[in-house]
Amino acid sequence: MSNILTLIEVSSTGELRNTAPALLAAAAKLGTPVAVVAVKPGTGAALASQLGELGASQVYVAESDQVGASLVSPEIEALVSAHAALSPGAVLVAHSVTGRDVAARLAVRLAGGLLIDAVDVRLDADQVIATHSIFGGAYTVEAAVQGGIPIVTVRSGAIQERAKSATPTVTVVPVDVDSGASAVIDAVHDVVVSSTRPELRDAKTVVSGGRGLGSKEKFELVTQLADALGAAVGASRAAVDAGYVSQTLQVGQTGTTVAPALYIALGISGAIQHRAGMQTAKTIVAINTDADAPIFDIADFGIVGDVFTVVPQLIEAINARRH
Amino acid sequence: MKIIVLVKQVPDTYDERKLDPATGILDREASEAIIDEIVERALEVALSYKDSHQDTELVLLSMGPEPVTTSLRKGLSLGADSAVHVRDDDLSGADLTRTAAVLAAALTATGFDLVIAGNESTDGRGGVIPAMVAERLHLPHLTSIDSVEITDAAISGERETENGTLTVHAALPAIISITERAPEVRFPNFKGIMGAKKKPITVLSLSDLSVAPEASGHSIILSTTVRPARAAGKKIIDDGNAGVELAEFLAAGHLI
Ligand SMILES: Cc1cc2nc3c(=O)[nH]c(=O)nc-3n(C[C@H](O)[C@H](O)[C@H](O)COP(=O)(O)OP(=O)(O)OC[C@H]3O[C@@H](n4cnc5c(N)ncnc54)[C@H](O)[C@@H]3O)c2cc1C
Ligand SMILES: Nc1ncnc2c1ncn2[C@@H]1O[C@H](COP(=O)(O)O)[C@@H](O)[C@H]1O
Repeated sequence: MSNILTLIEVSSTGELRNTAPALLAAAAKLGTPVAVVAVKPGTGAALASQLGELGASQVYVAESDQVGASLVSPEIEALVSAHAALSPGAVLVAHSVTGRDVAARLAVRLAGGLLIDAVDVRLDADQVIATHSIFGGAYTVEAAVQGGIPIVTVRSGAIQERAKSATPTVTVVPVDVDSGASAVIDAVHDVVVSSTRPELRDAKTVVSGGRGLGSKEKFELVTQLADALGAAVGASRAAVDAGYVSQTLQVGQTGTTVAPALYIALGISGAIQHRAGMQTAKTIVAINTDADAPIFDIADFGIVGDVFTVVPQLIEAINARRH
Repeated sequence: MKIIVLVKQVPDTYDERKLDPATGILDREASEAIIDEIVERALEVALSYKDSHQDTELVLLSMGPEPVTTSLRKGLSLGADSAVHVRDDDLSGADLTRTAAVLAAALTATGFDLVIAGNESTDGRGGVIPAMVAERLHLPHLTSIDSVEITDAAISGERETENGTLTVHAALPAIISITERAPEVRFPNFKGIMGAKKKPITVLSLSDLSVAPEASGHSIILSTTVRPARAAGKKIIDDGNAGVELAEFLAAGHLI
C-alpha cells in the first residue's frame, strides 16, 4: 500500500480544522494515511495523538517560523518535503480556501495532476479515481490523473466515513520557506463559533431563509425553526447580500453545497443558482407566498403561504409532538 | 500601473447547463455563453482603480474559443483599454494544468504589475487557476479577497476563509482573486459601447506563445452520468392549518 499524504489544516491557535477526519478517512481508502502538518517549531507533538485517533499511521510535522506569517507557503513546503521523503501515491487536501491554494501551487511544483472538489475517492487497479458532482449534482463524473501524482481536493462534508484509529509514528522536520513568492498574513480574525447548532455542510437538517424574511431581525424566525429541529441555518445570496446573515451561511452555486435529509426553504424563490446548492437534498420543503415560485418545482412538500404565519404554527406543532 | 483582468466565459447559470455524456466536456451549444459574473466584479475592481488613476493601463486576457470575443468586447465597452485572446483548436478540452500554463505564458508575453481574477468560476468551481498561474510565474497570490486596496507598490485586502478572515498583503507584481462580496460591475454607457469597437483585441495562437511542453500529470474523465431531474411533490395553499399539516408530513417521514 502506498503512502497517501493528507494536508491537515491547523488554526492559528493550534486546533485541528474539522476537515481532518474526512481527509484521513479518504486516505485510508487509498493506502496508508499520513497526516502532514505545518506548525511553528516545537508545537506539533501535541497534535500527533489526536491525528492517530482519526486514523493517521504517520504524522509528518514540518516546522517553520513562517507558519501563520506567510500565506500557504509553509503548508506547500511541508507537502513538498513529505513527498520527497515518503514517495506517496496521492496527496489529499480539503477543498477549502487554503486547501485549494495549496493544491494549485503544489500541482505545478510537483508536475502533478489535479482532481478538484471530489465528493468521493476510490482505488481501482492501483489508480486513484475521484468522483465529482457537477452543476449542483445534475451530473456525476469520475476522473483520474495520468502521468503524474494525483492531487485531490475533497469537498468538506462529502465523506462521512471515518478511519480506524492508529498509533502513529511521528517525524519532525524543519522546512525552508521562500517568503519571496508569498503574500504576508498581517492579522487573523477567526470567527469563534459559539453556536451549538450543527454545521451547515454536514447537517442532517437545514433551514434556509431568503429575501422573503424581510430584515435581519425578522430572519430570527429561521433560527427559531432551526433550533426547534436541531438544524443548521442557511440562506440565499439575496439574504446574505441584504446583511441578514454572514456569507458563510450562503447555500448555492457560489456558496456551500448541502445534501441533507431535510431542507426547508423559507421565503426563497428557488433561483437556479440557489437550487444548485441544495437540490440533492433527500426531502425538500418550501414555504413561499408566490404560488409560481420555481422552488415549488423541486419541493416534495410546498406551502403557498406566509412564513410569518406558517412557521410559528409549525414550531408549535413540533413542540407539541415532543411533549 | 498595468493591470490584467483574467476573463473567463462560462455558460449562463440562468440556463440549463449540460455536459456531453460521451466526453464529460462542457456542451457549449446547450446554453448561452456569457462573461462570468465574478469576472465582471474583478473588472470593476480594476475599473474603480482606473477611475482615480488615469494612467492605468487595463488589459483583458482570456483563453477560449471564438465566441469569447463577445465577452471581451463587453469588457472593453466597460472601460478596459485592450484585450488579448488566446485561441487555438489544440486547446479545446484543456485541463487546469494546461490552462494555467497557457495563461502564464500569455501574461508574461503581455507584461503586468497586477493580475486580477475571480475566486472561482461558476462552471468549474475549481478556484485554482489564479494560484497555479502565480506558482508558474513565481509570484505571490492573494486569493479569495473580499475587499482590496491597491497602491503603487503593493496590494492588501481581507481574505475570506471558511473560518473567518485574514488581513493579507503582497508586494507587486502579484496575482489576486476576488470574491462575490466585491461590488457589482457598472453598466456600460453608449460612449463606451461605441468606443469599444475601435479598441484592439490581439489574437494569439499557441505558436505565438512559449508554453512549456507538457511533462506533467493531466486529468482524464472516465465516466459521466446524468442524475434524473427532480419532480415536484405535494403543494398546498395555506388555509390556516398548513403549519400543522407540515408537521404531520415531517413526522410521517420520520424527519422530526
Ligand atoms: C453567478 C451567480 C451566482 C449566484 N450564486 C447564488 C448562490 O450561491 N446562492 C443563492 O441563493 N443565490 C445565488 N445567486 C443569486 C440568485 O440568482 C438569486 O438572486 C437569489 O437566490 C435570490 O434569493 P431569494 O430567493 O432569497 O430572493 P428572491 O428571489 O427575491 O425571492 C424572495 C422570495 O420570498 C418570497 N416571499 C416574500 N415574502 C414572503 C413571506 N412573507 N412568506 C413567504 N414567502 C415570501 C417571494 O415570493 C419570493 O419568492 C447567484 C446569481 C448569479 C448570477
Ligand atoms: N480560460 C480562462 N481564461 C482567462 N481567465 C481564466 C480562464 N480560466 C480561469 N480564469 C480565471 O481564473 C478565475 C478562477 O477560475 P477557476 O480556477 O477556473 O475557478 C476566473 O474567474 C478567471 O479570472
